[in-house]
Amino acid sequence: MTAPVEAALADTSAEQREFDRMIEKDLRIEPRDWMPDDYRKTLIRQISQHAHSEIIGMQPEGNWITRAPSLKRKAILMAKVQDEAGHGLYLYSAAQTLGIDRETMFEQLITGAAKYSSIFNYTSPTWADMGSIGWLVDGAAICNQVPLCRASYGPYGRAMTRICKEESFHQRQGFEILLELMRGTEAQRQMAQESVNRWYAPALMMFGPPDEDSPNSQRSMAWKIKRFSNDDLRQRFVDMLVPQAEVLGITLPDPDLKWNEERGHYDFGPLNWDEFYEVLAGRGQANAVRVARRRKAHEDGAWVREAARAYADREVAERMAS
Amino acid sequence: MTSPGDSGGRETWPLWEVFIRSSRGLSHVHAGSLHAPDETMAVRNARDLYTRRAEGVSIWVVRASHITSSDPDAKGEFFESPQGKEYRHATYYTESEAVPHL
Repeated sequence: MTAPVEAALADTSAEQREFDRMIEKDLRIEPRDWMPDDYRKTLIRQISQHAHSEIIGMQPEGNWITRAPSLKRKAILMAKVQDEAGHGLYLYSAAQTLGIDRETMFEQLITGAAKYSSIFNYTSPTWADMGSIGWLVDGAAICNQVPLCRASYGPYGRAMTRICKEESFHQRQGFEILLELMRGTEAQRQMAQESVNRWYAPALMMFGPPDEDSPNSQRSMAWKIKRFSNDDLRQRFVDMLVPQAEVLGITLPDPDLKWNEERGHYDFGPLNWDEFYEVLAGRGQANAVRVARRRKAHEDGAWVREAARAYADREVAERMAS
Repeated sequence: MTSPGDSGGRETWPLWEVFIRSSRGLSHVHAGSLHAPDETMAVRNARDLYTRRAEGVSIWVVRASHITSSDPDAKGEFFESPQGKEYRHATYYTESEAVPHL
């Protein structure tokens, strides 16, 4: 049983002290710096899951590109899906600086070894869902991501800064889709309301389990990867949503939602965490479809990647020969 | 010592570091990295990935494996020479304070 001794030694090592000092001073940790193994592992898991979420997140919206109601909406949706591909790539790059290679991350995604945000395992059956995804899902994502721009790991923070700059258009275009529907016919208003009814609670659960059920959160906060707790971020999100819903004329589907003068926040009802864990365990509406489609795209693209590589190798060989 | 994301053999395509000049008169600044089979595709991918909103007027790409960096373990000693040489900064010279145009 040498582990505790080793841990105690590691705690007091010069490297550990330097790491602690940098975290304490709010300095950034950069790729080649010494860092505790658990810090590295936590980051690899979090950043790669985040990247996978962006990549899988293209699917619910890609589903609507061909059926978007106007050329303008198609163009907007394509730009948004292209951004998500880009965000996935920024994040894969950041994860790679921690010593994991991209092929491994791709494999983890298509074999189901890695998780991604459960929200993308819900289906998007109506056009209004493009509005709800932008307003609620991207809204929750922004709320979560803005503090990550200050994450203690430099490459992660830099990727998040770039992502946040691009993400705000996503939320606004979603809000506008819903606003337009709410200004339309009774059937359109119903479609918008019905869609928000489906997406509201899952969006709130995007912040993760309540603080008392989220043991790793504390450690991530001590490492300054995470700056606010799940419940704090969720509260912030609800407080922002209520006035926005009023502008839309949409009802948020929670009978317990009401202003609490004393707290200066909105109170809201309990969420169905059993559903959250069910989806997380792979039993959501679309888990199998999402991963199968990703796998097919990856495998169908293999010959293109290999051909491009072979062409590049031949070009180099010919240049060397001449 | 190559750039940090370069993980070598397992990748189908090599890693490239991307530098963007955001407007005329400014230097190229590191924007991030990407994978591409060759330099032509690397520049195109960089355009699609890092300039979707007109963030650049010029792109450089460098194969990550071609980058040489200082030894990260020796950063203290390696960069210590300016320490104690405050006389290299204008702020060291205080006698001339309040003298115009100095």
